[in-house]
This record gives sequence, C-alpha cells and structure tokens, in this order.
Amino acid sequence: MKIKLIDIAHGRSGDKGDAANVGIIAYDDKGFEIITKYLTAEQVKKHFTGICFGGVERYELPNLKALNFILHNTLGGGGTVSLKLDAQGKTLAAALLRMEIEIENNSNTFLNKNMDTKL
Amino acid sequence: MKNKIRIASGQGFWGDLIEAPFYQVTKGEIDYLVMDYLAEVTMSILQKQKNKNPELGYAKDIPELMKRILPICIEKKIKIITNGGGVNPVSCGKAVLKVAESLGIKGLKIGIVLGDNIKEDIDKIVAEGSELKNMETGEAIITVKDNLLSANVYFGAFPIVESLEKGADIVITGRTTDTGLTLAPMIYEFGWGKNEYDFLSAGTIAGHILECGAQSTGGNFMGDWESVPNFAEIGFPICEAFPNGEFIITKHESLGGKVTVETVSEQLLYEIGNPEEYITPDCVADFTSIKLKQSGENRVHVYGITGKPETEFYKVSCSYADGFSASGSLTYSWPKALTKAKTSDKILRKRLELLKLSFDEIRTEFVGYNSCHGPLAFELDEDLINEIQLRISVRSHDYKSVERFGKELAPLILTGPPGVTGFAGGRPKPNEVVAYWPALLPKTLVQPKVEMLEI
Repeated sequence: MKIKLIDIAHGRSGDKGDAANVGIIAYDDKGFEIITKYLTAEQVKKHFTGICFGGVERYELPNLKALNFILHNTLGGGGTVSLKLDAQGKTLAAALLRMEIEIENNSNTFLNKNMDTKL
Repeated sequence: MKNKIRIASGQGFWGDLIEAPFYQVTKGEIDYLVMDYLAEVTMSILQKQKNKNPELGYAKDIPELMKRILPICIEKKIKIITNGGGVNPVSCGKAVLKVAESLGIKGLKIGIVLGDNIKEDIDKIVAEGSELKNMETGEAIITVKDNLLSANVYFGAFPIVESLEKGADIVITGRTTDTGLTLAPMIYEFGWGKNEYDFLSAGTIAGHILECGAQSTGGNFMGDWESVPNFAEIGFPICEAFPNGEFIITKHESLGGKVTVETVSEQLLYEIGNPEEYITPDCVADFTSIKLKQSGENRVHVYGITGKPETEFYKVSCSYADGFSASGSLTYSWPKALTKAKTSDKILRKRLELLKLSFDEIRTEFVGYNSCHGPLAFELDEDLINEIQLRISVRSHDYKSVERFGKELAPLILTGPPGVTGFAGGRPKPNEVVAYWPALLPKTLVQPKVEMLEI
C-alpha cells in the first residue's frame, strides 16, 4: 500500500553553506519505524533529482523520532551567491514530505490514527 | 547559587520581531534576556558599514531597544546578553552607555567581548602556521585575501561568563556562537566547570532551542500549525534552567504561540549536521541523548543530555566579495500565464546573448508554480493557472553585464507577450555577491578579551 509521508511526519529544513539540512520527524513510533525503514539516503537522493546535485547523508535521532538528512550541492552556491528564491532551503522539508512511500502489504499494523483520518 | 534561572530569547536574527524583547521583559518574570543578531551575511554587512563609518558596524536596533527596556531591566534586575556588537562591540557598548546616560541611569556595567575580529590579523595568523583552509574546498585563504570583507572567530560562552563575573549588567559581544549566549548565564549562576561536558552540552542545546526565537514556540511550525494560537503576539521561548543540567522550555502565559514536544523537536532538527557531534567552542553536544517530555501546557522538559570535550579549534567565518548579482520579476496573468512567462524568459535570454554579455549563471523561476520545489512541483492544467511571476536572476564577475541585465527587463512589457504587469520597483540594481569561507583555527592562536564599560 502507498502512504503519503506528509501524513506521518513533519519537519524543518535550513542551510549549511551550499548544503541543505532536512529534518523529518515522525508523529509517533510507528511512523518512525516506517521512515527509518523506507526513507533511505538513496530514496531521498532520488526524490531530489534535479535539486540535489551532491551526496545525501542520513542520521538517525530515535530519541526525537527523527531523521536528519544533509543534501550536498543543493542550494545553488548558498548564502548570497545563490540566485534561488529559496536560497536557504527553507521549503525543502515540505518538498521531501511530498514523497509517497510504498510499504509492504502486511504493514497494516503501521497505520496510526493520523493516517486513519487522512487516508 | 540559584536553584533556577529563567533565560528568555528576545531575537532570533537581526530583523526579527521588534516587540519580542519588550514582551519578554514585561509580560512575566525572567532573569536573563539573550538576543542573537548575527547570521553569516550580517557580519559582511556590518563590516561594510564600519568601513564607511568607524563608529558603526553593530546592530543599530540595539540603542533604540535599550531606550525602551533598560529602565525595566534595571528595575527587575534582568541581565542582557547579545552578540549584536557585530564587528564593533565597543561602539555598540558606548552607544548603550549614551542611552543609559540620557535616561539618568547610574552604576551600569557593560562587558564587551573582543578579539573575534581577525580581519586585520590574517597575515600574522598565516605566518604562525595556519593557512585558514576552506573547510569545503581545502584552498588556502591567501587566494581570496584581497577580497575579504570580514573574518571572525566564533567564541563560546566563557568570555561572557568572565564579563558576568566582573559584574556586567549587559554583555555585548562580536561573533559569539548563538548557543553561547544562553549557556553563559547557566555556567555563571550554577558554577559549572569547563570540563563538565554534560552540563555544557545541556546549556548548548538550550541555546540551540532559543537561538531562532519563536521557531521553537510555534513559528514556522510545520506540524499542526493551524492550531498555534495568537501568532500576532507570539511568545518567544524561555528556558527555565536548573543546576543539574535539566531545563524546561516555556513562554510567557499571556502571549501567543505554543510549546510542545513537536514545536521543540522541529527547532532541534534545524540546521544541524551529524546530531552526535554538534560542535561548539565549549563542547561537542550529542543531540541523540536529548529526552523531551511534555510536563504541562506550554512546558517541555528537556533532560538526559550528554556531551564530549571541545575540539582544539575555533571555527572561523570569513566572507569575501565574489562578483555581482541582480534579480527582477514580471507578472503574467491568465490566459496562458505560464506559457507567456516561459516565452518572455526565452526572449530575454536571446537578447542577453545578442548583447554578448557575460554571466556565470542565469536562473529562471516561475513563482506560483515551481520556484520552491522545482521538478517536484505538480504539473498544472494551464487553464487553471491564474497568474505567474517570472523571476530572473543573474550572477557575474562583470559588473557591466549585471547592470545591463537590469535594463533589459522592463522593455519586455512593451516588446513581449501580453497581460504583463508588476514592474513598479524600477530596474534591478547589481548587488555585491558575498561568498563564505569557513575555516578552522587552533585555539592557541587567538585570545578573547573582556573590557568593561561603566557609567
């Protein structure tokens, strides 16, 4: 079954030079299990094709039910060098939440109240 | 020793809500008001202002703000800590003294933290064996030395602690880390040692939660943002800190915003790299050790924090002039707004080419369509697009090319696709591009200094 990342997580993004940091936070433990399993660095890199031109690093913060991604070579040079309207990558967390994740069929147990109401 | 102090964030960047520090000192009890004014771009702007007038180079909002809050802070014994001294903390301190004098205030002590500005010392530092290599490219600083606009070391909390120990009511610094502003009063009040890294990390993480103002109290909150009450009078965060390194993030009750595990979590994830190694001059904090618990309405208990010893280096942030840029826009209306904007972009690019101008980059964005999410934006049925703002930007080391670009935009109104408006701002002017040069410097090569001003 397909789920929308925006239904199980929120986040915030910002700049670190020409790299963007995208923090994704699951609303609950089940959501964190899903993002830990399916939101790999490779998936994120693929999602940001045409936006992120460098590598993607992923870090886990289970204590916050969160993942932190560093997207290198993403902000058009960063700082005032960048010509992008969103030179600081402020909207990239929302861009990542556009992702839809195909989870295994037997993952019904992952469903949480948040998804029940929105799907 | 106090068993609890309340540290309030009054400003998340230079340009933040002007009423916030006033609310923080009037709407409830606090012990410290901390205000972060500095972003990387701010340092170069301030350095340019100082180059024009040696008395400037600090956040000019500060004296104005002091007029309003200083009498209140003195009466309530609230100490103020800010890095708004920018590249000229002494002049900032003197300007504040002047305000105090005009208000008839006596017995005021201001601590000034100096020594972070190394712009004039680059040759000496290089001679002493540090090349100040760019952390991203590995190049030596000599390659951009002639274009340097600013060069500052990030100091930590301890020079502020020294100021407080000398009796400062107000501490004004140059480039001190945002987190150090919040950590310093905890070290001072609770007597934490330089090697109590779990405590220093706790105070650092409290600083990270406070440093962007209302971003931890419901501002820019992507969760259930529509549930955030009273954005108009949003309360900035307050840290209730305890000697054992635990703290509570809250806000003044009567103000808007909200403090939940979710709003605080978003701020914790903001602009971090490896969460296990959040490096500051004071310690290396571990964000994976943080525990959050909702302990009441608008109260989040933060505990369990651990950390490691600081590194042997200071981070240095230099900025240098790297060419020019300009940006302009035109707005196209239905019908076929996107097609019109795309056609207009092609026409402009053709004209720039015919003029044989030289650009490092030309960037086109369609605001209202894909300027934020680029290729991830939804495809839209063009008949449903009401309007599109065409935004074109250029960057070049050739000033004349950028200047001429600015003159090519307005003609599109009468010489291109129809239904166009929104050119009231005049010709886009070339701006200097400021590029950053992050580097590391052995801590042995630079020393912070504290000076006291009194009235």
